[in-house]
Amino acid sequence: MDILALVAASFLLAPLAAWLGGRSSPFVAAIPALLFAGFWTFLPEIRAGATPTEVHPWIPSLGIAASFRVDGLSLLFALLITGIGTLVFLYASAYLKGRERLPRFYAALTLFMGAMIGAVLADDLILLVVFWELTSLTSFLLIGTTPESAEARRSAQQGLLVTVAGGLALLAAVILMGAGLGTYSISEILARGGAVAALPAAPAIIALLAIGAFAKSAQAPLHSWLPNAMVAPTPVSAFLHSATMVKLGVYLLARFNPAFEGDGLWTLLLTGVGGVTMIAGAALAVRETDLKRVLAYSTVVSLGTLVLMIGVPGEMSALAVAAFLFGHALYKACLFLVAGIVDHETGTRDSAMLGGLRRAMPVTAFAAVLGGLSMAGLPPLFGFVGKELIYGAGFANASWLVLGVALIANVAMVVVAGIVAVRCFMGPRVLTPTVPHDPGFRMLAGPIVLALLGLLFGVAPWIAGDGLLTFAAEAISGRRSDAPLELWHGFTPALGLSVLTLILGAFAYLRWDGLRAALSHFRQLDTWGPDRGYDRLLAGVQRVAVWQTTAIQTGSLRVYVGRVLAVVALSGAPALYLLGGFAFPVPDAAWLRPDVALALALIVAALAVAGARGFVAGIVSAGMVGFAVALLFLLNGAPDLAFTQFSVEAIAIVILLAIVGRLPFRGRDARTTRERLRDGTIAVGLGVSATLVLLAVLAMPFDARLSEYFRAASVPEAHGRNLVNVILVDFRALDTLGEISVLGLAAVAAAAVIAGVRRRMPETGS
Amino acid sequence: MTSLILRTSGRVILPLALLFSVYVLLRGHNAPGGGFIGGLIAAAGLAVYALPRGRSALVALMRVWPKALIGAGLALGLLSGLPALFLDSPYLTHQWTFPGGLAVGTALVFDVGVYLTVVGAVLTFLSAYLEE
Repeated sequence: MDILALVAASFLLAPLAAWLGGRSSPFVAAIPALLFAGFWTFLPEIRAGATPTEVHPWIPSLGIAASFRVDGLSLLFALLITGIGTLVFLYASAYLKGRERLPRFYAALTLFMGAMIGAVLADDLILLVVFWELTSLTSFLLIGTTPESAEARRSAQQGLLVTVAGGLALLAAVILMGAGLGTYSISEILARGGAVAALPAAPAIIALLAIGAFAKSAQAPLHSWLPNAMVAPTPVSAFLHSATMVKLGVYLLARFNPAFEGDGLWTLLLTGVGGVTMIAGAALAVRETDLKRVLAYSTVVSLGTLVLMIGVPGEMSALAVAAFLFGHALYKACLFLVAGIVDHETGTRDSAMLGGLRRAMPVTAFAAVLGGLSMAGLPPLFGFVGKELIYGAGFANASWLVLGVALIANVAMVVVAGIVAVRCFMGPRVLTPTVPHDPGFRMLAGPIVLALLGLLFGVAPWIAGDGLLTFAAEAISGRRSDAPLELWHGFTPALGLSVLTLILGAFAYLRWDGLRAALSHFRQLDTWGPDRGYDRLLAGVQRVAVWQTTAIQTGSLRVYVGRVLAVVALSGAPALYLLGGFAFPVPDAAWLRPDVALALALIVAALAVAGARGFVAGIVSAGMVGFAVALLFLLNGAPDLAFTQFSVEAIAIVILLAIVGRLPFRGRDARTTRERLRDGTIAVGLGVSATLVLLAVLAMPFDARLSEYFRAASVPEAHGRNLVNVILVDFRALDTLGEISVLGLAAVAAAAVIAGVRRRMPETGS
Repeated sequence: MTSLILRTSGRVILPLALLFSVYVLLRGHNAPGGGFIGGLIAAAGLAVYALPRGRSALVALMRVWPKALIGAGLALGLLSGLPALFLDSPYLTHQWTFPGGLAVGTALVFDVGVYLTVVGAVLTFLSAYLEE
């Protein structure tokens, strides 16, 4: 299969998805399903050890190519994106039936999928950044699916600002890497081994890469956008904010791990931030009762786990990352879809108001329990395999810190699994706002398929392992691992820790109400946590904006013009002086021509402008200056320039008279003496500065090459004898096109502004 | 702005200004003139006509809003460069034919675009100050 065709198809099919989705047709799921089938065809090649690569020229002058590469890691992501995408599209076609703006929703969802596929397949750093930012943008649209809600708007903006700020950090890292190594090709950078880590800018690259990944993958303290993103419809939460987009940061770290593995800063950042995120997420997850927010915080825990395990060196931890990532995608998407069903059927997703749903919705309960068991890490489900590998990697590195943090995180996972899968479905029946039953096939297919896959790969983990996960792990560690994926490892220390996890988890779950009450006493988390910090930051930015706007935008046109001219005056001549460019032409007899009299008239007219006490006198004097300049042009062999100047002066006078007729400008000049002195100083400064610059220009020898070229080429090439016009419409036509565009836009904008002002201040003139 | 002198002279000046502006536009390639100057002259004539009569009189005379002239002018400028692309030349390389020895080319289309844009821009700006 052509990789570019698959990436392009996912974008080009967006209109079709919008049309099918807008009619809530289940066939909308065929779009991701087709892409899934396309990526499936790469499996044999990957398992044969090949890495199909495509390079399409894009911006060759900058060394940027539209290059794509499929290896175990990117194929694992591509299959997860399109596979879970298929189930989510099918689910959404029933879940969102009858909602508003469905075409827009499906278009954004499909574009998101395309951006995600592009990001994991890109083999060019710039291309990666482009797709990376596209996922942030589409995520913004999807979180803000209901823009009427202020909460949705805030959450969408928060997610966008945090992930795009991370994207900027990523861009900076990318530019540093590209500049340092002279290539933007990811595979080439990785092929050079430790060359990136040996760059002088390596610490900055590592820090910036990590910030980008942490923002995207919701690592503490940048995590709070993720639980807030739960205002999005549940299919979006399941797809973007648990299974795919939030794992893009993990993907980035995993992708560059071979280049930085073992680097002190890399290990410290990843294990430190990952560990803190796991603990913080665990504590926050247990505080919540809203099913989706509980699941969101448990996603934060899982993302922290993945970041931590990437930071732990070795093939075993790489395999643990691949297995845990895969298992998490299966059970978390399943549980999110279940939470959506519960919400849809009962009218609430507050776990404190739910219980005993197993009789009313047995199929949903079956999927929930399987997903929950996998999340809690019980055999024979795939979640157990992933968790054992993490513990195993911890023991292999003899890292008690990793083991301790992982134990706390997994205990929290058991509790969350209990809240979502046990508490809602077991125990006595609790009355709910609406009477629940199992939904139809479209909504059940996702959770059931995902739950059964978790069971299948748990019983036979080698299918997933030999099939793809070991190849993904190879890309993460850079080395081939022969360790097989197994359900049963014998009586190992990891197994003992698993048993301990379950006991502690079960105990914590039974005491959940007390635990939640204890944790909810930490009110400081609400007032000083990162979520409030985000609000404070935004409010601060707005205060600065208001302050600087009132300081700079006074609203007086005279002040604006004065400032602009003052800057020109202060920058022109002084810059010339500092660069040693002052020069004065030697006067000779040729200077004494009749023009001198005209120059004197010009000076008199200029003084008349300065001395004018009324607007009409000022306008007429300024017109005199203009006509005198035009005469100077005419006498010095520039008839075109003179002609233009005459026309502009005429038009200017007509327009100014129209303005004076409309607006209260007929009174005397209201400026105080001080203001007139200030304006006069600026005017004189500008004149002196311009004179000095012009004298320096005159003192330089005249370079006639351009005028000679135009004179020679004008008639044969452009069939015109008027050089000025030929240059305007032919030799420099593109410049002219730009200029008339600016002219037109300026006129439209000015007319709009004036019309707005006149509407507010009606009829002041005659 | 309702002076009788302005009203009367506007009616006389307008046709002269328009005629002269077209003359200046067409001679521009070989003698002083061109689309920019021509546009300014036409705009001046229309402005003098419109000042005592108001915006609706201007629109009634021109049949279109001044803003439409900006769009038309820019479109002509953009389009005049397209033929070159079909002849494997860079964009805006003007193409010429010589019916009866007179050089006629896409440069003229471009200059007419400049002319219309200038007329449209000046009148758009001015019409904000005209009476309703």
